[in-house]
Amino acid sequence: MDDFEPRIIAFLCNWCTYTGADLAGTSRLQYPPNIRIIRLMCSGALDPVYVAKALLEGADGVLIGGCHPGDCHYQSGNYKVRRRVAILSEILDQMGLEKERVWLRWISASEGQYFADTVTEMVAAIKEMGPNPAKELWAT
Amino acid sequence: MTVTARLDVQNSVPETVADFLRRLMERDVVDALLVPQRLPTGNNVVGSLVRDPNKLDGVDPIAPVMPVTSSKLAGSLTKVRAAGRVGVVMRSCELRGFVELVKLQQASADGVVTIGLDCLGTYEMTDYAQLIAEGVDPTAEAVAAASEGRVVPHEGYQLRAVCQMCEYPTPGFGDGYRPDVAIGLIGVDGGGLLVEARDDLAETLGLTPADPPPGRTAALEKLVAGRIAERDRRFAEFRAQVDGLDGLLSYFSTCIRCHNCMIACPICYCPECIFRTPTFDHTSEQYLNWADRKGAIRLPTDTLIFHLTRMNHMSTSCVGCGMCTSACPNDIPVATAFRAVAQKTQAIYDYLAGRSLEEDVPLATFREDELTALGERP
Repeated sequence: MDDFEPRIIAFLCNWCTYTGADLAGTSRLQYPPNIRIIRLMCSGALDPVYVAKALLEGADGVLIGGCHPGDCHYQSGNYKVRRRVAILSEILDQMGLEKERVWLRWISASEGQYFADTVTEMVAAIKEMGPNPAKELWAT
Repeated sequence: MTVTARLDVQNSVPETVADFLRRLMERDVVDALLVPQRLPTGNNVVGSLVRDPNKLDGVDPIAPVMPVTSSKLAGSLTKVRAAGRVGVVMRSCELRGFVELVKLQQASADGVVTIGLDCLGTYEMTDYAQLIAEGVDPTAEAVAAASEGRVVPHEGYQLRAVCQMCEYPTPGFGDGYRPDVAIGLIGVDGGGLLVEARDDLAETLGLTPADPPPGRTAALEKLVAGRIAERDRRFAEFRAQVDGLDGLLSYFSTCIRCHNCMIACPICYCPECIFRTPTFDHTSEQYLNWADRKGAIRLPTDTLIFHLTRMNHMSTSCVGCGMCTSACPNDIPVATAFRAVAQKTQAIYDYLAGRSLEEDVPLATFREDELTALGERP
């Protein structure tokens, strides 16, 4: 494989995953730099349009991070995004876009290592898949 | 509980239906009726809100044309709360759309009497106008064929694609929402119209219980089986076409982002759709940056994103009314695409849009014990 470096956009919930990512940083854990983080107050604030936009405008992968079910700071935001991601996944699959490029992961504020591991895992998986063909389409 | 009765046909079926509706007003069941009426020019049938029973002479809810979906009109009339007892006369897709709008809090069912009728298919508006200009009586033709259990277009014409694949010609048959009163036209075999009404209404309306027409169930099952086969054929065709990115782009190649599909859709109720906000009012820098990265970009931007997002936002409530395809100035078969996608997204939650007022809309609810593998490390 050539030197393809995936570009991953991450939508992370403020209270859990973003804080977990912060912990990974303060703990000086090493993980690939291919990730660009966007902070949402809650994973439930994610609208599928953000993911669609990312996939069609240069992202090779999208990571959505939220609190574990039952632990959402706003009670039920993560349950709602779980439903939304199931629908989004189905639609991407039907429309010829690779649903394997969109990951949903529950990562808590204390799971700095798990965050680093997830990013490492995702970068490797996306590298394996190759660049996202959708991002080169000019007539979208 | 419902009462089954028969209505003898006086003069013509539309007149019989008009008389029946007049009864609803005269016997104080409703204060007003939302019902399609023929315009004086004869070449169009429009929604009307009638308070005077003497203004029901032009009603023709059977006319095989649907310029706008009455579900939207019923939504406007009952938003927050109906200001009186409104009777809404609608075909199956309109009723199902109304059910979704009630659950989405854009319509109210309180004080509303729902009157459903068998749908004998609809033509595109221009085809309907053409038929009228040629001296055809599309209603009479449709009624005659339906009596024998057949729903077929006039020679040389086609019904709208969504009608050809609609599994709900009769409200309440199978998995459809059951209205308070249902008027049956299919498979009645010349023995008068079928009426199925809630028993309290049946009493007020003076309906005498009678046996349903013997051939009706078989006729409906045959019709629906044919529709399902056509639906599956069209879905397979669509899915084969969009199996890769090139196919997806080609499907929407003539889309000009006019948003007519979104405006005509009963489920797209957002007064401020994200695509009409500054979010999609890009700056010059943004355009130039995007063009810089790709070398060239299509303008207006966001065509695919518009459809993908609309699918994500509303497919779980799509009732397949087809207003989107009819509204598209470039004849993109939007409804086929959205219905095909909706079939799968609704199936994730064992949900059918418009089936029941009691079922929560998938995007507005959740269960703790569902999709448990999603989000967990595999």
